[in-house]
Amino acid sequence: MAQLTISTSPAKLQGLALQLGSIALCFAFWQVAATQKLDFGLITFSNVPTPTAVLSAVVELIKSNALWPHLTSSLGRVFIGYFIAAFLGISLGLAAGRSKRAEKILMPPLELIRPIPAVAWIPLAILMFPSSEASMIFITFTGALFPILLNTVHGVEAVDPRLIASARSLGASQSAILREVILPGALPSIFTGLSIGMGTSWFCLVTAEMISGQFGIGYYTWSSYVIQNYADIIVGMLLIGLLGMGSSWLIKRLGESLTPWYRLRK
Amino acid sequence: MMTIYESAHANLSFAETNAERSGRIDAQKISIHLGQGKAAFEAVQSVDFTIEPGEFVCILGPSGCGKSTLLGALAGHITPSHGSLTLDGEAIKNPSPERGMVFQHHTLFPWRSVVDNVAFGLKMRGVNKTERRAQALEMLKLVGLEDSAKRWPSQLSGGMQQRVEIARVLINKPRLLLMDEPFGALDAQTRLKMQQLLLSIWGRIRTSVVFVTHDIDEALFLADRILVMSPRPGKIIEDLPVDFSRPRNTELVTTPEFMRLKRHCLELLNHEEGRQLPRLSPLGLPPDTI
Repeated sequence: MAQLTISTSPAKLQGLALQLGSIALCFAFWQVAATQKLDFGLITFSNVPTPTAVLSAVVELIKSNALWPHLTSSLGRVFIGYFIAAFLGISLGLAAGRSKRAEKILMPPLELIRPIPAVAWIPLAILMFPSSEASMIFITFTGALFPILLNTVHGVEAVDPRLIASARSLGASQSAILREVILPGALPSIFTGLSIGMGTSWFCLVTAEMISGQFGIGYYTWSSYVIQNYADIIVGMLLIGLLGMGSSWLIKRLGESLTPWYRLRK
Repeated sequence: MMTIYESAHANLSFAETNAERSGRIDAQKISIHLGQGKAAFEAVQSVDFTIEPGEFVCILGPSGCGKSTLLGALAGHITPSHGSLTLDGEAIKNPSPERGMVFQHHTLFPWRSVVDNVAFGLKMRGVNKTERRAQALEMLKLVGLEDSAKRWPSQLSGGMQQRVEIARVLINKPRLLLMDEPFGALDAQTRLKMQQLLLSIWGRIRTSVVFVTHDIDEALFLADRILVMSPRPGKIIEDLPVDFSRPRNTELVTTPEFMRLKRHCLELLNHEEGRQLPRLSPLGLPPDTI
């Protein structure tokens, strides 16, 4: 309730107006630059579709139902890759965070692989996996794995050793300590990783789809360029942004609802 | 309201008939080394003492003297390098709900409500949810916090958090209650109230208590006996009986006899003064110093 009253205060309204105004200004600039075909030499707007053209392309796309197969393929790939990454990232992260030995075995190869960007994986992924579908899921997986893994390790290591000692004094077994202390203690950090991982897995998926896809938002964006439907490029870009932001937001909200105590903590 | 007291009394009568399960501590030639390599040092040196069942013993000493380390060994978090340490004849090896531990700063689980924190020990023993919540509520009544059962620990004041912590330990009916400067972080007024509350609880649930403090007034007010420790390496330099009648109230602290004992303790501690040592914890050294 307190938050509701705060959000309607004059200062908040003014802030909101500024934020919306800023977005409106960007659109206005885009509209002017694209209709006037502004050319700054280094960067040119002569081939950029106008916002109104993009809007009508959105309407067209919704009417034609062509979006559906692209959307479902992308969502399917992200979910499979992301869930494998979440499962592996959390379990390996718990192991590495709990045991110095596991950390020494697991982390060096993973740290070596971590800086390799998703694009660099594409050729090898195509060679390694039986189908382009599987290789795209793998790329999505690599994107999500590391933020989830590293945040889990960090979360586990940050659990107060006094809480573990207390749990032992209260009769908790090793498995109960993992379930009752380590996991809930690391949960806020795990959800931070899950939320970041959701964003990066979209990012990586789109890259993969541009190169080896037949359906999907990334493929749609790239093929719009190839067949010179320039307005659809921007529709694709906006879709990627919306889906990435929306799914990250969902994960974040899920995390907040599972850790209600966390907001109160000092 | 009565179930906890009744079961506590039942335990007590059980304890009386079975002297070997009653909370007697026997420490012989206990030495504890902390740290590794060149940084290793002897925190506790060849300490002998016994604590009788139901006795309230304070360990008094300056900061860093090893009194918390000794408490950690009693809890089973630290293994002594020499000597034997037994509770009712059984060697102390691991932490156990039989030896409940209260730290200086609360260790309540932030993700569990107050009542579920108190019920934690029962959950570990497989008691079902309805039963353990009912017992936890009884325990919260004992510390006067039944109205805060559904709140999160972070929503409580420091004094309330320590009361929940005490309830969470006592629900396991420990033979030994270990307290590491539990009121040290509270303001003076709250500390006085907590001391009185602790004595009144201990009057009802008679378990052996080992209470670590560097506050002379606190030790004299609470204890049947004070073990005074010297700075590093920690040794017991005096075993001081405190014979004030119980129940005790705050007027006690202004009596001449109290003042006399206080002066005596001050002399003992001053005698050993000179070095300021970092505070040790019952869990050994913090990881970054190892």
